[in-house]
Amino acid sequence: MARLNELTIAVARDGLAKGDFSAKELTEASVAAMESVRPLNAFITETPERALDMAQASDARRAKGDVGVLEGIPLAIKDLFCTEGVLTTAGSHILDGFIPPYESSVTANLWRAGAAMLGKTNMDEFAMGSSNTTSYYGNVENPWRRQGENRPLVPGGSSGGSAAAVAARCAPGATGTDTGGSIRQPASFTGLVGLKPTYGRCSRWGIVAFASSLDQAGPLTRTVRDSAIMLRAMAGHDPKDSTSVDTPVPDYEAALSGDVRGLRIGIPKEYRMEGMPGEIETLWRDGIKWLEAAGAITVDISLPHTKYALPAYYIVAPAEASSNLARYDGVRYGLRVPGATLDEMYEATRGEGFGAEVKRRVMIGTYVLSAGYYDAYYNKARRVRALILRDFTEAFENVDAILTPTAPSAAFAIGERMDDPIAMYLNDIFTVPANLSGLPGISVPAALTGDGLPLGLQVIGRAFDEETMLRVAGVLEDAAGFDAEPAFVAGR
Amino acid sequence: MSLVQGKTGEWEVVIGLEVHAQVIAESKLFSGAATAFGAEPNTQVSLVDAAMPGMLPVLNEKSIEQAVKTGLGLNAQINLTSVFERKNYFYPDLPQGYQISQYLQPIVGEGVVTLDLPDGAVKEVGIERLHLEQDAGKSLHDQHPTATYIDLNRSGVTLMEIVSKPDMRSAEEVGAYLEKLRSILRYLGTCSGNMEEGSMRCDVNVSVRHPGEDLGTRTETKNVNSIRFAKQAIEHEAKRQIALIEDGGKVTQETRLFDPDRGVTRAMRSKEEAHDYRYFPDPDLLPVVLDPDWVAELKRGLPELPDAKKARFTADFGLSAYDAGVLVAEQETAAYFETVVAGGGGRDAKQAANWVTGALFGALNRGGMEIGAAPIDADKLGGLLDLLEAGTISGRIAKDVFDAMWESGKDAATVVEEKGLKQISDSGAIEAIVDHAIADNPGQVEQFKSGNDKVLGWFVGQIMKASQGKANPGMVNQLLRKKLT
Repeated sequence: MARLNELTIAVARDGLAKGDFSAKELTEASVAAMESVRPLNAFITETPERALDMAQASDARRAKGDVGVLEGIPLAIKDLFCTEGVLTTAGSHILDGFIPPYESSVTANLWRAGAAMLGKTNMDEFAMGSSNTTSYYGNVENPWRRQGENRPLVPGGSSGGSAAAVAARCAPGATGTDTGGSIRQPASFTGLVGLKPTYGRCSRWGIVAFASSLDQAGPLTRTVRDSAIMLRAMAGHDPKDSTSVDTPVPDYEAALSGDVRGLRIGIPKEYRMEGMPGEIETLWRDGIKWLEAAGAITVDISLPHTKYALPAYYIVAPAEASSNLARYDGVRYGLRVPGATLDEMYEATRGEGFGAEVKRRVMIGTYVLSAGYYDAYYNKARRVRALILRDFTEAFENVDAILTPTAPSAAFAIGERMDDPIAMYLNDIFTVPANLSGLPGISVPAALTGDGLPLGLQVIGRAFDEETMLRVAGVLEDAAGFDAEPAFVAGR
Repeated sequence: MSLVQGKTGEWEVVIGLEVHAQVIAESKLFSGAATAFGAEPNTQVSLVDAAMPGMLPVLNEKSIEQAVKTGLGLNAQINLTSVFERKNYFYPDLPQGYQISQYLQPIVGEGVVTLDLPDGAVKEVGIERLHLEQDAGKSLHDQHPTATYIDLNRSGVTLMEIVSKPDMRSAEEVGAYLEKLRSILRYLGTCSGNMEEGSMRCDVNVSVRHPGEDLGTRTETKNVNSIRFAKQAIEHEAKRQIALIEDGGKVTQETRLFDPDRGVTRAMRSKEEAHDYRYFPDPDLLPVVLDPDWVAELKRGLPELPDAKKARFTADFGLSAYDAGVLVAEQETAAYFETVVAGGGGRDAKQAANWVTGALFGALNRGGMEIGAAPIDADKLGGLLDLLEAGTISGRIAKDVFDAMWESGKDAATVVEEKGLKQISDSGAIEAIVDHAIADNPGQVEQFKSGNDKVLGWFVGQIMKASQGKANPGMVNQLLRKKLT
């Protein structure tokens, strides 16, 4: 049997059920793995003691026959989720020393399902970034390397620490959040399954807000099945989040029938980007073939407003962020840099507390909301957003899911593309439309590039139809047979 | 129209008000924290009110109900869809860095308030809108020599901002408007109207112009917390603006503060320094969509409001508009009055109104008391009126009985009995006193006989005095005339 830290959630679950090992043993393996992957800088805070306490409590519950969906499974938690009694930073200097007296709804759901917390993972500051290079706590390294190269690569972002931790086999799963692709893009870069649920499926309560109308929590796992298991535990209506939707949470795992016969899969022509690497084009075509071979019907569709998605996103998200981040003012918690006057205290605190990318977006957001520019930018972006949603709504009258690449490239080296924010923003081009329209999306590892880096395919589903999306993803997973492993695996 | 005489002619003062009324509700607009007045600092603060990371607002439905009720009470349009937006600015007592408010789509649209002016005239003031918003916390500057402390108890409390049209033309009209608005809010039970506790505050917009001209540039005086201060602020601001213009200056559009110690307004910030609030719809909240049936149900459940009550009092009871207006200003007073009138098988309404607005109000004022605490309740006052009506006591004695009742809390019959104040209507007893008076005062009898009618009044006075006020005055008059002529 593989080492315990290398088990998937489903396999670990079965092993725990059979009594092959205890939650404590499983967690100890992950804690050791967490230590061994420190060079990746995937964690901001390790919580090994809490993990072991939770694992022991899980073993005790199991002994009484009380077994949750994630009973005994150790998980890594993106540092955007507030965790009671544990430092929560959002990757920012401005939350220095912030220890929440409360637990986010999603993590509370996970603990209720029996999971144990390994630690808090590194991330782009306030989830703003696609490379995990904007964190105050330093860059995260991708456990993958290009063949024959030892240059450190980015894990993608913003959930880069979560992705690196799972890819390097130190946790079987991790939470992420996805505002414009922050789960799916790092999943694609690290050979993982990353799922962004329908907006409103998971509660946002207790998750540090980036862009409220776009943020959604989801799992990063090694398999589609694990993604289904974890989502079931994370999801659910929460009266504390007015935008969370009161609809039953299905058993997603049961939806993985492997049967996509007769399903109609849309292939949007607008995702065929000029200058897109041939390997991604090829992968997409493979995906189409795999689904057709499994009995699905692929249909060419048009999502005509796709090209406006990225610009609209980079107006809406910064606008909301500029307001959401106003609370970090040095008055009540986190960093305070003294000043002679109130304004000086604000300026010093926010000037030191926020990094360059956060400042850039706060300024963009402030600008697009300001008098005289509001209609030209913010209102226009809202109208574009409505058109993008309409594109999808019309498409879904004719198809059951949509297949696209996840990202326009594989992981790039740390330092590459850093001087041009626009080039960096292009990472999100295929993922952003699902955020703007609130639809669920999943990235499935499907191929390696010529130089040995993973690439993902994205399935976009109907609102609140994660089941069909997962079923399609499962078929892609099986067909792709992706079994490559990163260069850096914990403990090897 | 009241005009102000300046050096260059007559000026018209144009006033509009933004009233911030704290909604009566157990909890805050978007959190479950309590809202009681006077609690220890920072003891009524939830994680949401303190804007902790990741916290989300959840709308309190009671606030919506109160706003809709108020809108209905102001004869205003109820908007079935309204939207909460964020008003962004930095201030330490605003933890989120934005106030959640309504902007483009408020919950209540145009309405009207009818003023009863002291001169008996009636005036309508338009309501522009009513929207819901969060209150801010409080900065405490006097706790530390160099630092400012923040009390977040008020942070997130529900306010209704009620915006009038610029329809008022004098400080008196503003006073009447505020009184009327407060009366309506209290009737509805949507705001205590208690300005001392800050549960009702107003921003006063003032401009001046020569009659017939376009509107002048206005100033906004913030956070005025009494009707008296509002009037002072307007008077000062109108004078200041007129003097400024007449001296060749220009009014600048600016925000001003009222200094209650000196009764003046002073500049706070100009339009150039004004915040750009960058309003946008709050993505944490869904639009508020009201069910028209629910609104209709609220409307059916509204209490009778001051205007309707006043109309009924004048129509059914024949009261003057003034008396009716005074009686309906407070719901408790109107209820007291109606209880008096309805009791004893139906009492004389005008008589009741006179006693409530006269003796009762006088006693309440002297005691600094609310009507609910009066030692003479409606039934007791009714008992007094019954004795008067039956002729058991004279009108003159009635006032003394009232005072004794106020002192002792006893009912009228008991007081009259204990003090022996029953009116003497026995003709024999009165005749004896009259005869005595005539016999004792031959000089006055002569005067009367020589044509001096006034002496009759003097005799009545003597006789009433001799009877300690208890003699039935009608009978005294009758007997005197008979005996003297």
